[in-house]
Amino acid sequence: MAMQVWQFSEMAYHPAWDQLSDTYRVLVPSRLFDPKVGADLYHRYLDEWAMCDELGINIMTNEHHATVTCADSVCTIPMAILARETKKVRLLALGMPIGNRNDPIRIAEEYSMIDVISRGRLEMGFVKGVPFEISPANTNPADLTERFWEAHDLILKAMTSHDGPFNWEGTHYQYRSVNVWPRPYQEPHPPVWTPVGSEGSAREAAARGITIGVLNTGWVRTPAIFQAYRDSAAKAGREPRKDKLAYMALIGVGDTREEGWRRADQILGYSRTSGIVAPQFVNPPGYIPAVANAQLMKIGGAGQARATRVQTKDGRPVNARTMQVEEAIDAGLVFAGTPDDVWDQLKAFYDHVGGFGHLLMMAQGGHISHEDTVANLTLFSKEVLPRLADLG
Amino acid sequence: MERIELSGLTVETLVAGNGPPLLFLHGGDYVAQNRPFLDRLAQHFRVIAPRHPGFGATPRPAWFRTVGDIAYLYLNLIDRLDLKDIVLVGHSFGGWLAMELAIRSQARLGRVVLVDSVGVKFGGREDRDIADIYALPADEVLRRSFVLPDRILPDYGKLDDAELLAVSRDREATALYGWKPYMHNPALRHWLHRVTVPSLVLWGEQDGIVTPAYGEQLAAALKARFIPIGGAAHFPQIEQPEATATAVASFAEENR
Repeated sequence: MAMQVWQFSEMAYHPAWDQLSDTYRVLVPSRLFDPKVGADLYHRYLDEWAMCDELGINIMTNEHHATVTCADSVCTIPMAILARETKKVRLLALGMPIGNRNDPIRIAEEYSMIDVISRGRLEMGFVKGVPFEISPANTNPADLTERFWEAHDLILKAMTSHDGPFNWEGTHYQYRSVNVWPRPYQEPHPPVWTPVGSEGSAREAAARGITIGVLNTGWVRTPAIFQAYRDSAAKAGREPRKDKLAYMALIGVGDTREEGWRRADQILGYSRTSGIVAPQFVNPPGYIPAVANAQLMKIGGAGQARATRVQTKDGRPVNARTMQVEEAIDAGLVFAGTPDDVWDQLKAFYDHVGGFGHLLMMAQGGHISHEDTVANLTLFSKEVLPRLADLG
Repeated sequence: MERIELSGLTVETLVAGNGPPLLFLHGGDYVAQNRPFLDRLAQHFRVIAPRHPGFGATPRPAWFRTVGDIAYLYLNLIDRLDLKDIVLVGHSFGGWLAMELAIRSQARLGRVVLVDSVGVKFGGREDRDIADIYALPADEVLRRSFVLPDRILPDYGKLDDAELLAVSRDREATALYGWKPYMHNPALRHWLHRVTVPSLVLWGEQDGIVTPAYGEQLAAALKARFIPIGGAAHFPQIEQPEATATAVASFAEENR
């Protein structure tokens, strides 16, 4: 099976970026959002996704809250639009922060409707959410993992039960009459995905047969995460298939190396801004295990847990806020240059990590223009995508 | 430190001194820093200071989720140790817990002392009664908590792994019990009339987490006396252990 490629955009509201310094999240006042500019941006981003239907590139959305880095605050809204505007490609929402929303049944309904409208093209992501999503949702960080798995179990049961209401009186969610309409188009339900950033969470997902999306872990950290997934899947008696593994990279492709790098440099605006958040929101108590927090306290970093751990191939730490294309390529976060360059970097990474079945491609991000995004996607589709037929 | 088996739980408990029983319920953080205050109290009382489930080294069963659960656990503790005429002292989160205990049964309580307590909401839905320690910058939380933070803050780099884990579990458990509604029980205010034993409310004059004005409202609701403690913010028993312990001891004495 050919490697599947997914075009991912955070629908950033970048026009406000130059007015900010200390935090791009949680505290940014919405007066910085001009709805007229925002409307143009939403339509532009939707157009860029819609054209993927003809380019053979699948679509991926996500969501964040109270932030200029991502104006997609409901991942199912662009998906609902694209479920009708596209006809062929698959639609991955990666995804829904199921432990932060209070109503798993509503999530089952939204996902089921999109699956039916798209005639079975939905892939549904369940995410725990980054720590700075806790404050906008005001959900308890200390039992987020419990809520995540209970919501996961309830949503899947709700989507696969077709004989009328059932009872759910759990720890976090209570419904005495669960009866989700419509039922999903796909049987038994759309494929389930989750993003992971550590070996532990990779093992957890593998044990349940969930597809993982690995984001921003780069050349140094990704192999161990994929290996943990393969080992855990094998242990659970599952075939460790490549199509259960996805890797996200920023992609800048051009007719010349210079053009590809220029596009990648603009898209890197995503990486340079997405970690800018006031430190008190970076590590709410209980979000990571107490043992891990104890270790952070020892090195004086309890409030700044989310330091970048991205490294170049030879182990030099990369500063996410200032990173340039060359070191980002070295770190395995960016594949950029001519189509040959991109293919070479991608193939080297693929071999280095032991293979994977999905490329989550950020071909739009930061300040890159619509014209450059279209050219980037088109050139990738024409010159790189055909070479992926033998991967995956 | 003693380990008391209670309701299937092993509760880490400090027991010190001789005299009438005093049950101290700690707040969410800086639990170890209460020791000088407890040592002073131990000169007058038999001090019993349990570490709440989920805090320190005390385990928390998965079903154990609310401040009310801790209140019932400590009512069991009181029965188990056969304590009578107890001086119940609660600080901050522990003050909330003390009120939840007292409204359930004050049969074995002699007096209640609240120190910079949370647990009750007096203001409207757009008023913030209790500062949001999870949304304020860390240095501002410190400024609101202590008059002289540098004198109090431990050097975390010098604590051993067990001590660091205990602090880490304290913070996690505080969030677990107190995240939403934030550090209070909306119904508690309406049950405070059940507390009829003599009560005292002590408050750091410079508390920026819950202001002295909140403390005075709490004292009025409990028909309690209100005594401000100078040179202290949210943790008077840590910043002014002598003055705070003396206030507790005199109050216990005069109502005897």
